[in-house]
Amino acid sequence: MQNPYLPYPVRIDEIITETEDKSLKTFKFVFLNPDDEKKFAYSSGQFAELSIPGLGEIPIGIASSPAEKGFIKFTVFKTGKVTSYLHAMKEGEIMGVRGPLGHPFPWDMLKGKNIVIIGGGFAFTTLRSSIVSILDPANRSNFGDIHVVYGARTPGMLLYKEELQGWAARDDIHMNITVDGTDDPNWKYLKGFVPTITEEKAPPGSDDTYAIVCGPPIMIKFTQPVLDKLGYSHDNILMSLENRMKCGIGICGRCNIGKDFVCKDGPVFTLSQLNQMPKEY
Amino acid sequence: MTLIKIDKKSLDQGIEKAKAAYRVFGPVKQKTDHDFKLLDKSELPDFNFQNTRLSPKAIIYPQSQIMFEYSLDETSEDCRIMKEVENVASPMAVVGVRPCDALSFPIVRRNFDSPEYQDTYWIKAYEATTFVGLACNSACATCFCTSAGTGPFGEEGLDILLVADGNNFFVKELTEKGAAFIKAAGWSGDADANAASKIDELKKTAEATITAAVETDKLREKTILELYDASFWEEEAFSCINCGTCTYVCPTCWCFDVQDETFGKSGIRMRNWDSCMFPLFTHHASGHNPRDVKYQRVRQRFMHKLKYYVDKYDNGIQCVGCGRCIRLCPVNIDIRRICNKMNSFDAAKAACEAVAS
Repeated sequence: MQNPYLPYPVRIDEIITETEDKSLKTFKFVFLNPDDEKKFAYSSGQFAELSIPGLGEIPIGIASSPAEKGFIKFTVFKTGKVTSYLHAMKEGEIMGVRGPLGHPFPWDMLKGKNIVIIGGGFAFTTLRSSIVSILDPANRSNFGDIHVVYGARTPGMLLYKEELQGWAARDDIHMNITVDGTDDPNWKYLKGFVPTITEEKAPPGSDDTYAIVCGPPIMIKFTQPVLDKLGYSHDNILMSLENRMKCGIGICGRCNIGKDFVCKDGPVFTLSQLNQMPKEY
Repeated sequence: MTLIKIDKKSLDQGIEKAKAAYRVFGPVKQKTDHDFKLLDKSELPDFNFQNTRLSPKAIIYPQSQIMFEYSLDETSEDCRIMKEVENVASPMAVVGVRPCDALSFPIVRRNFDSPEYQDTYWIKAYEATTFVGLACNSACATCFCTSAGTGPFGEEGLDILLVADGNNFFVKELTEKGAAFIKAAGWSGDADANAASKIDELKKTAEATITAAVETDKLREKTILELYDASFWEEEAFSCINCGTCTYVCPTCWCFDVQDETFGKSGIRMRNWDSCMFPLFTHHASGHNPRDVKYQRVRQRFMHKLKYYVDKYDNGIQCVGCGRCIRLCPVNIDIRRICNKMNSFDAAKAACEAVAS
């Protein structure tokens, strides 16, 4: 019997400070035992528990893509006890990762479909994973048109800036990078809130078009009516939720929304499903 | 199936004998109440009780349990690597489990032993344990087991059922685990021909002492949101002080927290019973709390037991009718009243009444 609470030991291979306020850092981990990387077979949209002995565990979306081999990446916002400690850790240090956990975005169902990826703030991590997976040369032909709307408060608060620039230069993905406001004369992308840009740039809804939406509650609140207006069915809107978690495998009892656990039954739900569930998130 | 009749003396001798092969737990009076404890050599269970103050869940699922250990010593090769603690469950037997508490184990098992994930700690302890039940010949005023999926002579979750008849005991073997315990205890001697009818008579007498009931037949057909949005939650939760006694004493409450404790350069990762009554249970690091207000937490407890569990497993309610939460609640919140309220709740009618008022 495999102990589902035992983390895999990993080494912090690289730490990248993502945002100008230093509140977000990306941690690249390498498994100490190469076999563990094989066991950690994941898909974009899943999460893992980052485990620091003496402090505890935190559920964080996986920011790397299964198309990237040899490491896994997580982008972490400094907010509580464990994340603050993690932000002070150094490359080369050892910690644990437990997962992959939860359900990914429904990639089988998304095969052959157009996808609009809408993200705001630091909720762009599993979306980064998804974009890298979709753009993988072995995988790109499995999808139709790909649109991305990604916004942050300022240019300095965007995650993965170099990659964003690279994707914006490609012709097989429609990037709409936006900021709430900036006085930077060199800013060459969009200005405006995510819901507004979505209304202007996203394709109309259809049976073959799916929206994946991840962001702060305020962004989701104002994006949903836009998607309704564009004709997106609630079955075609996918969202990823967060709740306080401990076990990550549907046993410890705290992250439930109605009968479903965000950790085990989610974190990905369609808006149709969420409409039938209590708003306990 | 073997049915044996023994007297009190052979019961006691058998339990003592079984200690050679099992760690035997039984109800023992401690100060004012009976509770389960590991029986010392020549210590016997005391069957002169209605039910124990706490359920026997802690025998399988300790209130605090060490899961892992770690070193923070930088000179150690295993620094910051979680290590499993030894988890070898030696055979245990719990003697004197009431049928309501016995049913709690199969109910809780659905949580700890799912097709996707197996909780190694719970499962190993559960599989190593033989449950020797004791039928209830009379009920407490707060017992409602007969409408919660079992009864005073219920057998589900048990390996052996003991039925007291005066100074004698019928020993009913229910499983192979039970047969092994009977062998270890050395109990033998076939019951006489009218034993079955005697047990039946005692059972009927016992069932007649149960005066309380819950109605659960309509819980499944209502939607989660109908019950979640029902108008009675704030009123029902008004007197609750969120003390968590109900979840602590409940045989089917299983929620836990995970905490690390460091002592110098080494430490342990442990899990501890937790409670949905506490605000911190769902408190996000951001400060947001989806169940911030008291009534939301009270609603969660009842919805989990009487609706979410019912929908998820299609196997009855997550309650065995032991009545502990009713007896021990300091403000008299009664799961029977709330269950009946939920079962009879008519969302359409409630909406009309809300408009009319």
